[in-house]
Amino acid sequence: MATNSYDAIIIGGGHNGLVTAAYLARAGKKTLVLERRHLLGGAAVSEEVFPGFTFSVFSYVVSLLRPEIVRDLELPRHGLQILPLESTVTPLPNGDYLAGWGDADLTRREVSRHSLRDADAMVEFGRLMHHMAMAVKPILGMIPPDPTSLAPSDLAGMLKLGGHMRSLGPENFHALYKLMTMSSADYLDEWYEFDALKATKSASGIIGTFLSPRSPGSAYVLLHHYMGEIDGAFRAWGFAKGGTGTISNAIANAARALGATIRTEAPVAKVLTKGGRATGVVLDSGEEIMAPLVVSGLDPRRTFLELVDPGQLPDDLVTAVRRFKFRGSSGKVNLALSELPNFTCLPGIGPLHRGAVSISPSMDYLERAYDDAKYGEFSKRPYMDIVFPSMLDPDMAPPGKHVMSVFVQYAPYHLNGGWTDAKREAFGDAVVDTIAEHAPNLKSAILHRQVLTPLDIERITGLSEGNIFAGELALQQLFFLRPAAAWAKYRTPIHGYYQCGAGTHPGGGIMGASGRLAALKILADQ
Amino acid sequence: MLKTTPFHSRTAPLILGQAWRRWSGFSVASSYDLLPDREYTAVRNSAALFDISPLCKYRLRGRDAGRLLDRMVTRDLTKCRVGQVMYTPWCDSHGKVIDDGTVSRLSDTEYRLTAAEPSIRWLQMNGFGLEATIEDVSDTLGALAIQGPLARIILNQVAEPTVEGLKFFRVMPARIGGVAVEISRTGYTGDLGYEIWVPAAGAVKVWDALMTAGANYGILPAGIWALDIARIEAGLVMADVDYHSAHRALIADQKSTPFELSLDWTVSLDKGRYNGKQALVREHTAGPAWRFVGLEVDWESFEALYAAHHLPPSLPTVAWRTSTPIYRDGRQIGYASSGCWSPLLKKYLALAHIRAPHFAPDTRVEMEVTVEHQRRRAAATVRKLPFFDPARKKA
Repeated sequence: MATNSYDAIIIGGGHNGLVTAAYLARAGKKTLVLERRHLLGGAAVSEEVFPGFTFSVFSYVVSLLRPEIVRDLELPRHGLQILPLESTVTPLPNGDYLAGWGDADLTRREVSRHSLRDADAMVEFGRLMHHMAMAVKPILGMIPPDPTSLAPSDLAGMLKLGGHMRSLGPENFHALYKLMTMSSADYLDEWYEFDALKATKSASGIIGTFLSPRSPGSAYVLLHHYMGEIDGAFRAWGFAKGGTGTISNAIANAARALGATIRTEAPVAKVLTKGGRATGVVLDSGEEIMAPLVVSGLDPRRTFLELVDPGQLPDDLVTAVRRFKFRGSSGKVNLALSELPNFTCLPGIGPLHRGAVSISPSMDYLERAYDDAKYGEFSKRPYMDIVFPSMLDPDMAPPGKHVMSVFVQYAPYHLNGGWTDAKREAFGDAVVDTIAEHAPNLKSAILHRQVLTPLDIERITGLSEGNIFAGELALQQLFFLRPAAAWAKYRTPIHGYYQCGAGTHPGGGIMGASGRLAALKILADQ
Repeated sequence: MLKTTPFHSRTAPLILGQAWRRWSGFSVASSYDLLPDREYTAVRNSAALFDISPLCKYRLRGRDAGRLLDRMVTRDLTKCRVGQVMYTPWCDSHGKVIDDGTVSRLSDTEYRLTAAEPSIRWLQMNGFGLEATIEDVSDTLGALAIQGPLARIILNQVAEPTVEGLKFFRVMPARIGGVAVEISRTGYTGDLGYEIWVPAAGAVKVWDALMTAGANYGILPAGIWALDIARIEAGLVMADVDYHSAHRALIADQKSTPFELSLDWTVSLDKGRYNGKQALVREHTAGPAWRFVGLEVDWESFEALYAAHHLPPSLPTVAWRTSTPIYRDGRQIGYASSGCWSPLLKKYLALAHIRAPHFAPDTRVEMEVTVEHQRRRAAATVRKLPFFDPARKKA
């Protein structure tokens, strides 16, 4: 194998790994991506799970894919197409519903049915969130400076950050501080009175995290919904035509067009090192591939404790990574349907099916769902975020039939007695039973069902403990602490060995920012 | 009262926000939904159904019908076979564009012409001494455009025979819902698409058949706002927006030649006599003074203009049609006549008239934008049209 040597090897063909590969290839590096599975994307994959029915198996909407990546890599030319996902409907226990529609006037009128005060508050709250998102946005595009370091680059970074914070003005700075530290329940209480509205808004603060809306720190994740909005016309928020796998494939196509080589079914066993430097990788098959640059797109546990010998690393880093919280808390149920569920709150096929349906009727409902999980059980009546991809992209299911994607929280990785096939099905039943309370025809409409627990997510994607963000998006694991103090800048203690996955800043969601920032850092270090 | 189209009884109840617009004295939908986003998305994702009945439509019959049209338009219609459709502009004797449209050859001696403007007088003047009858069928013939990647699949459910073998810019007779129609593989979106020509009496049946068959394929009635974005992506000129009819322009500067509209491919220099030929042959030798090109606004530059005010960039959700100055090296070198954010390409696009020699692709220019009431300039790059040209359009 004469060609078995590259400038850079990326371990893992998840979307961040592919982004890093594309940027390195663009800079002229001879780049190789090695993916364990038969398809690319990691947790952003589309698969025809049942004949004729295609699912975004795990990650199911595009949240914050960075506009600069879309531009730099010309992703639309390589197949990326984002479809609008406009509404959120929350069925209520009394047979009514709460809706947020795409049109602002409609939404205002709808909310005022439940609370005149809340309808007014939405305008001001939206303005505040706009400012918060503007405040956080530059941080997402920044290699985290180490606040304890006196290195010129860190000092410059802190100075830039400080300048940015000062530019917010006291009012917005204080609001940001509260947003970073409060629970979403408390934060929303300051603004709203209608319970289902608060529950539905706060639900976005618990996704992928082992927190309840009443846990401090959950308010920060609220921001993510608003982040997409300030990208405005860019419409970073939506549904990818063909499912989320299309995003991964578009990035992969861009990487290939820029000269990168991508291999699937090529699991990496170990990173090869010599004298504290990365020299290449060895595959499970025993094949060795050499490169002076090795980049792990895997999560911090695999990057530091499995791909290399932890004995090569400083103890404090090993300890920090061992303490890094994964504890996946969500599952996914994918349904193939003979007909759409008919929701009793809004009967018939309508705009409800073109947006999200949120099962979040009250704050107490969410809190009780969390209580189950806190004591090691899956939620008997879980929070769910439901979309009907075949209503947005007819190619996802045969004509007249549909696919339904149900994100479910909570489903703890560490279940009492562990996950078994029987418990997985019981979990699936709890999901279907709960939705069927709102849409009675659901059960008879189900043709096929795929239930994914955090254990399944770990087994299939490799994400430790099935955490969808490659490590919780909790405050103590963000920015210069993601994944560990002093190692948040994509480097590792091994020269030439880097990290680019969602376990690094800013992490989480189909964003690509970790992958891009890692590539920029690697290129700057060259 | 404005006139209504033969589909009015079906379209009117669907226009949720009463967003009507005028088109040739008819009222049609700007947008059916409160937001036009989904309607545009249907064009690129599933299928959109447009009521294009307000187009001016003429049926020409007789031994010299082909000669009449060939004398009038810039394309060589002697090459147009039965079952073929040709897009073409037509000019005055100075080679200035009067209008543009399609010519469908329905039989040896029968043609249909579509036009943006009423053209009966011009047709009659061009037919002087020829054996051809000209009939204005604008009001008696309804027209629908079904456009998008699933258009063919939907049409095949209802059309007898199917459109499976119908090639790009070909036309065939068929029946839909029991109604005799003609289906052409044409459109104004740059996508896979068809236009259906139906006698007004059968129009509603055809609409219903398409909507029913399309229900499982995401078909969506769509208005002019959606169409406008799609046609800008496709780089297609619009009469009265991107150019002014030579019959309406008050001064010479308001007129354009086909070359100035970058419609070179529609101008035959070797066919027999036709309106404007001499002028066009001369212009072809000398080279045009203007070109109609695409502009891609540089996003970083655009974003920076807003960032200076601590604002995210802001774009209209519908296409604009306001003449907008284009500069190079501080001097105005042209103007953009249409523009929009492309939700598909994720780019801010414009169609522009640029003076020689600044119209070469990749030329760096600047476009005027108004940010917080102040005139600014964003960097932009000249691009060859179309911006979007999917293989499925002709496949």
